Amino acid sequence: MTAPQVGAPRAEPSDVATSDLARPRLARHVRLSFCRTRRRHILQLPETVVVLRGSGADILELCDGRRTVAEIVAELATRYRDVPGDEVRRFLDGLAARRCVEFSRGGETTDG
Amino acid sequence: MDSPFGLLAELTYRCPLACAYCSNPVNMADYTDELSTDEWRRVLAEAADLGVLQCHLSGGEPLLRRDLVDIATAGHDAGLYTNLVTSALGLSRARAEQLRAVVDHVQVSIQADEPAISDGIAGTPSFHRKIEAMGLVKELGWPLTVNVVLHRQNIDRVADVLRLAEEVGADRVELANTQYYGWAWRNRDALLPSRAQLEAAEVVVRAARERLRDRMDVIYVIPDYYSRYPKPCMGGWAARQLTVTPNGDVLPCPAAQSLPLPRASVRDDPLERIWTQAPVMTAFRGTDWMPDPCRSCDRRELDFGGCRCQAFQLTGDAARTDPVCHLSPDHALVTAAVRAANERRTTEALVPRPHRMRQR
Repeated sequence: MTAPQVGAPRAEPSDVATSDLARPRLARHVRLSFCRTRRRHILQLPETVVVLRGSGADILELCDGRRTVAEIVAELATRYRDVPGDEVRRFLDGLAARRCVEFSRGGETTDG
Repeated sequence: MDSPFGLLAELTYRCPLACAYCSNPVNMADYTDELSTDEWRRVLAEAADLGVLQCHLSGGEPLLRRDLVDIATAGHDAGLYTNLVTSALGLSRARAEQLRAVVDHVQVSIQADEPAISDGIAGTPSFHRKIEAMGLVKELGWPLTVNVVLHRQNIDRVADVLRLAEEVGADRVELANTQYYGWAWRNRDALLPSRAQLEAAEVVVRAARERLRDRMDVIYVIPDYYSRYPKPCMGGWAARQLTVTPNGDVLPCPAAQSLPLPRASVRDDPLERIWTQAPVMTAFRGTDWMPDPCRSCDRRELDFGGCRCQAFQLTGDAARTDPVCHLSPDHALVTAAVRAANERRTTEALVPRPHRMRQR
């Protein structure tokens, strides 16, 4: 703990090119929950909080390390009329760059 | 006004270590009447209702509280992300296993990468126990941050410190240059590094960040004495964070006990009333309190005038611009300290902080 609450200053873009076969899951130190006061879903991390907007929580609830990105997009498509796969990938990519989300690749096993 | 995100729960100022860079208050004897388990339970529940999402269980050494598991459980049950900030002394396997269920994240401090240097700074043999505890944290599948406070006497070792963090399998390493409050203020001249030391360290940190980007977060807190603008202290006064001290005082930041503001205590008032109304919270909230040059500065919503405690410490007036800012009329106070640090050839002795104060 330090006085200024500075999150990891990662300005550089992620090089994780989220492929449809990647299986995303929340990083171990990250917790997804709902904040009653703010009425928003949030990601809790050691020194930061990410307040989620729109369908962010819907996407992350499906990130269990087993579903692939393609399966997540397909699953969302059963709930919403319009699911732009690129935006889902960009969203996950952004969170991966902040180490909130991790990926296992297509053929690899996951330890869930 | 927004809800706070984080609560720093300073459970005790007692500590087995005696680090000279400690930012705990010098008048520790004022904090020996510690909150009870039930009082902490109430504080954590009230904090969650207020919108707090993270709770840092800190000190002093929080493991010295025998009821730490109960307090952590209360935080966990209130839905808070609980973060244990510890020296790891006292983290037995049994205790760690109990805490594992209710603590989300563990931050373990270490004072250097080399046992004798680390123990020398800590003022007590502790290096090997810390390494052991880090192994235990990893073994239990806990996310681990290794915390290292950097200063004149260890900053040249930052590459080795990073290597150590990598070896113990840390998920994050936090390299924080010393902030000069409490005991650290007393030791400022012995702790303030030279510009050459800092520049060398920054090169190492940049390279490590690149090399470790997929494995370990490298957080580097710059020393504000060397920056052009002040740090955005706490994300603004009473804007995002609050601190509760061992005796129940509520503050916008742990150093704010040094300011001449009326006390607010969880023993007298609910946390919500304190957050919204207590003078200690409202004194420097927002931008209305600002003098020039802050008042008319484009950066006033970026760095919030810097640190009130530092302004008070250096000028005697908490409402002045943080002297760290190059635009501050008091900036010479900082440049003089920096100049002295760069001209000094010797290393001064550190004054260790006491482990605890006698009960009054």
